[in-house]
Amino acid sequence: MSVLVVVECDNGEVKKSSLEVASYGSQVAQMLGTTATAVAVGEATEANLASLGEQGISKVLYDNDSRLKDFVNGAYTKLIAAAAQQESAQIIVLANSNIGTAVGSRLSVRLQASLATNVVELPKTDGGQFVVKRGAFSGKAFSDVVLSGERKIIAVKKNSMEPLHNAGQTATVEQFSAQLADADFADAPKQVIMQEQAGGILLPEADKVVSGGRGMKGPENWNLIEDLAKALGAATACSKPVSDVDWRPHHEHVGQTGITVSPNLYIACGISGAIQHLAGVNSSKVIVVINKDPEAPFFKAADYGIVGDVFDVLPKLTQAVKELN
Amino acid sequence: MKFLVCISNVPDTTTKITFTPDNKELNKAGVQFVINPWDEYALTRAIELKEKLGGNVTVLNVGEADTEPNIRKALAIGADDAIRVNAKPTDAFFVAQQIAAAAKDGGYDIILMGKESIDYNGFQVHGMVGELLGIPTVAPAMKLDLEGNTATLEREIEGGKEIVEVSGPFVVSCQEPMCEPRIPNMRGIMTARTKPLKVVEPTGEAPRTQVTEYALPPKKQGVKLIPAESAGDLIKLLRNEAKVI
Repeated sequence: MSVLVVVECDNGEVKKSSLEVASYGSQVAQMLGTTATAVAVGEATEANLASLGEQGISKVLYDNDSRLKDFVNGAYTKLIAAAAQQESAQIIVLANSNIGTAVGSRLSVRLQASLATNVVELPKTDGGQFVVKRGAFSGKAFSDVVLSGERKIIAVKKNSMEPLHNAGQTATVEQFSAQLADADFADAPKQVIMQEQAGGILLPEADKVVSGGRGMKGPENWNLIEDLAKALGAATACSKPVSDVDWRPHHEHVGQTGITVSPNLYIACGISGAIQHLAGVNSSKVIVVINKDPEAPFFKAADYGIVGDVFDVLPKLTQAVKELN
Repeated sequence: MKFLVCISNVPDTTTKITFTPDNKELNKAGVQFVINPWDEYALTRAIELKEKLGGNVTVLNVGEADTEPNIRKALAIGADDAIRVNAKPTDAFFVAQQIAAAAKDGGYDIILMGKESIDYNGFQVHGMVGELLGIPTVAPAMKLDLEGNTATLEREIEGGKEIVEVSGPFVVSCQEPMCEPRIPNMRGIMTARTKPLKVVEPTGEAPRTQVTEYALPPKKQGVKLIPAESAGDLIKLLRNEAKVI
């Protein structure tokens, strides 16, 4: 019996959300008096995989089959199932990401496991039950869920765990093969198109986000958002009306029907705070709202607010960040 | 082409969420239920493809009798017939088993649903259905086109998208900007009344998860306002007080 964590890599690097997953998995292993092994997917380097030791991982399994560089639901599921089998893993931890949930849901059926997604805390195991806390109702509530299956799969919400810093610890990296067949690649991509990331920071992974709404008046003013984001090391985002009129691309849209983010800091500039927008950002730790309308509903959900003109306020904030650094 | 569209009955986005006194269930008093917004993308895209290529769109909901108004709404939007599995949708695995059972009976080519429900936020059912049926799942898809027996899809991954081609039956979970969800028109509402709605009893194994308690997030302290003239002070507060930068 052990804990298996699924680590997503991109361009050789372990994704931040996967560091959080590894941290979660090794802490669960410690609670249960066992060890945590990782299985890595995507394009990884041995040095980066070995550094998962800092997250309390003892061993990393990696299949360097080039067909696994990009996400394939069928093949990833088979690979992780085989790793779980080899390691006699009773608990599998993965990211609550597009990849993690797509694979986790298939795995749960294949391994007859209980599955909880959107999990925000370490489990409680008092009284012989295994209980996790997860987000529900689009950030408006939490639920405690008992995972009653012998095997359990947990998808950890981004930014809900701190990575560990066990400096100097390294994991051993082992070549692993799941004997994949052509049929496992039925959903293999014909083409992969990556977006230009402002400042190289991926919105779903970002721990700081600067977001603009219709109050920005036009795409030509987005440099004000980008300047502040750059100074803070934040990703940029926008509201639905902004992506609907093509001021910004769809993949920057956060809200009910866009991306859900839960950064440590969310700065909303010229966004009124419609409930559909809040549903995508309400689990952010600190929300700052800048709006010239003091009645904007977003102020009710905010921790800090500035009633003022974004064109006046944003340059001041950027300047203040630069002075601080 | 036979389409099966799975819809969930969820509280309207604007609902103020409260729970029953034991905190075990949503307090449904005064709550307006709607078709899950993500499922509307699946429903509309299936109808668009049927209009283009011919075929049949069946909607399926796992729910008790009180979900029928929203099933009728889906029929009014343009689905041809409906199945209601007469049970509370207790967890994702339970629901997935009902969908898989119906899909086996019906011989559907494409099974569509939203990427997640806005109440449970599970993001689970599509993968489970695909696995139960032994067919591919593409999730979450931003685009779905069909030509002959081959479907071309855009699957969103963090930071980009993959172009995926699938032939043969598959499951797809849908999200924007796949299509512009439709609303029912008067003619649709009239014809929906007489479209077939079959009620079947649930099947399969017991759920593997149980909700023991719901809770609301801790209340926010209230907003701290900083005068626009001294906007720079905000940055100091974010560093020294909130400790987020």
